[in-house]
Amino acid sequence: MSVTENNVSEAMREGVVIPATSRAERFTSYDVEAFEVPGGREENWRFTPMKRLRGLHDGSAAASGSATVDADAAPELKIEQVGRDDERLGAAGVPSDRIAAQAYSSFTEATVITVPKETKTSKPSTVKITGPGEGKVAYGHVQVRAEQFSEAVIVLDHVGSGTYADNVEFVIGDSANVTVVSVQDWADDAVHVSEQHLKLGRDASLKHIVITLGGDLVRVSPTATFADKGGDVEMLGLYFADEGQHQEHRLFVDHAVPNCKSRVMYKGALQGADAHTVWVGDVLIRAAAEATDTYELNRNLVLTPGARADSIPNLEIETGEIEGAGHASATGRFDDEQLFYLQSRGIGEDAARRLVVRGFFHEILVKIGVPEVRERLEAAIEAELEAVGA
Amino acid sequence: MPTLEIKDLHASVTTEEGPKEILKGVNLTIKSGETHAIMGPNGSGKSTLSYAIAGHPKYEVTSGQVLLDGEDVLEMSVDERARAGLFLAMQYPVEVPGVSMSNFLRTAATAVRGEAPKLRHWVKEVKDEMGKLEISSEFAERSVNEGFSGGEKKRHEILQLALLKPKIAILDETDSGLDVDALRVVSEGVNEFKANNDAGVMLITHYTRILRHITPDFVHVFAGGKIVESGGRELADELEENGYVKYTGSTETAAV
Repeated sequence: MSVTENNVSEAMREGVVIPATSRAERFTSYDVEAFEVPGGREENWRFTPMKRLRGLHDGSAAASGSATVDADAAPELKIEQVGRDDERLGAAGVPSDRIAAQAYSSFTEATVITVPKETKTSKPSTVKITGPGEGKVAYGHVQVRAEQFSEAVIVLDHVGSGTYADNVEFVIGDSANVTVVSVQDWADDAVHVSEQHLKLGRDASLKHIVITLGGDLVRVSPTATFADKGGDVEMLGLYFADEGQHQEHRLFVDHAVPNCKSRVMYKGALQGADAHTVWVGDVLIRAAAEATDTYELNRNLVLTPGARADSIPNLEIETGEIEGAGHASATGRFDDEQLFYLQSRGIGEDAARRLVVRGFFHEILVKIGVPEVRERLEAAIEAELEAVGA
Repeated sequence: MPTLEIKDLHASVTTEEGPKEILKGVNLTIKSGETHAIMGPNGSGKSTLSYAIAGHPKYEVTSGQVLLDGEDVLEMSVDERARAGLFLAMQYPVEVPGVSMSNFLRTAATAVRGEAPKLRHWVKEVKDEMGKLEISSEFAERSVNEGFSGGEKKRHEILQLALLKPKIAILDETDSGLDVDALRVVSEGVNEFKANNDAGVMLITHYTRILRHITPDFVHVFAGGKIVESGGRELADELEENGYVKYTGSTETAAV
């Protein structure tokens, strides 16, 4: 795979200097008015088509509807609808951009899902969030609390139409072991901007999987922080952008505490004219975070001309006393040699492409511990490939 | 009775300086049951011949025909040629991550046979062939060629030969990089394929070593993009003695 054009070569060509700032300095606040309205040239917004945000970023998108929340949950799970004043809310992190702050300021009801301490849920739980409907705007808030020593698999399934912005919190208690799958399988018209706050307690383990398939513009920003030592976060992502879709994933892993581990692996496929994906992976190892073990990887497979993948890993390391730190990013087209090899065994071009794409996503799919979700995704990927006759 | 007729084949590859002709008029007929060894020094175009017949996108055929039972395969797509009965065992098999060997073999067999083989028979067939090639069963779930050693890759090429049962098999430097045991096992695989199928075999090789295990009916010397001499087995012995100097003026040896 070779990179022929990227944002750095483009910037150098245009003579634009990208100022270096530490991710640690990013402004955060629960209050939307504390944020300036982004114009689109800021580091955090420069890849996002601001005009397609339907006013979520500038205060003009007033809530006109609401998302419905339906749960098909394991009996051990406690699910509550609470008001804004519930003191548990906001524990996992603070909004770091204006849309997240807007969502935080605008939601009326929050869904709190609790896995009680020392409880292992008997089956995966699905919480379905259906958009407010085409032309309508809604703001949401979800908090998943896994108390100490609990174990659960939770799927957040986003479907339907409309414009939706939310904060999703994951407060993972000491020694809890949780897998969360956030599926964005919206209808074609939907715009979804989500900040996800992952906070791990002592020796806690969280596997956070983001699957983005549908929608017109989807922007998910997961941030992981560690409250204490021994935390282990695995952040996986799978996205498939079709013609005209904009899919953006911006991650931040903040190692502020020693002896924590993070692994990030996001894989995306793009097809069709003007399909655009953006992946930014910020990893910060602060001076106190000795014995950190971190690795992040993003790979993109561009299936047709006209699609564009932006991929920017950033690693900030303030101490050398670490286990390991690395990052990798690769974007490429179909490997002609692979296609030739498969075709030389009688496999037709379409079938060969499907095999290669399935093979590409296999690594991620195999880590989704929920068979129904995995099967559904495999079917969705097949359908995407058929749509272009590839 | 399959027959492969290569008629005045010219092919070029695109380089930075423009197209470069590699095959300069290859003529060869391979009938079923025959084994033809194509031997030549490095750079003579032997691999290009195999790629051009298989239809690799990097090579452009500029003139000539390749007829399989009278039909010109150059008019067909890569997969159509395979389904018509052509098989190329590659010199450097490519890795296809995330696609298991078992999935790949079954998909290929289904494509070439025209229908999915019955599962229980298929499983046994694959197991038997893997056993003969001394391939451990755990390879079935590994990704195609991923992390395989050279010997393992070549064994898997011959596994595919055994399962896909082509009419004409082109083996491109199948012996390169093989140790003594792997060479024995791979040669046995090819000989068994020959014994059980009415097929023709084109064995492309640089060294005479493999010809002690797989007996050729005809030996052709390939130099400068075409066949410059043809003979029987004795020609291989002569090449082992004298190398390729007669054909290229260089002192490359054919003996190993």
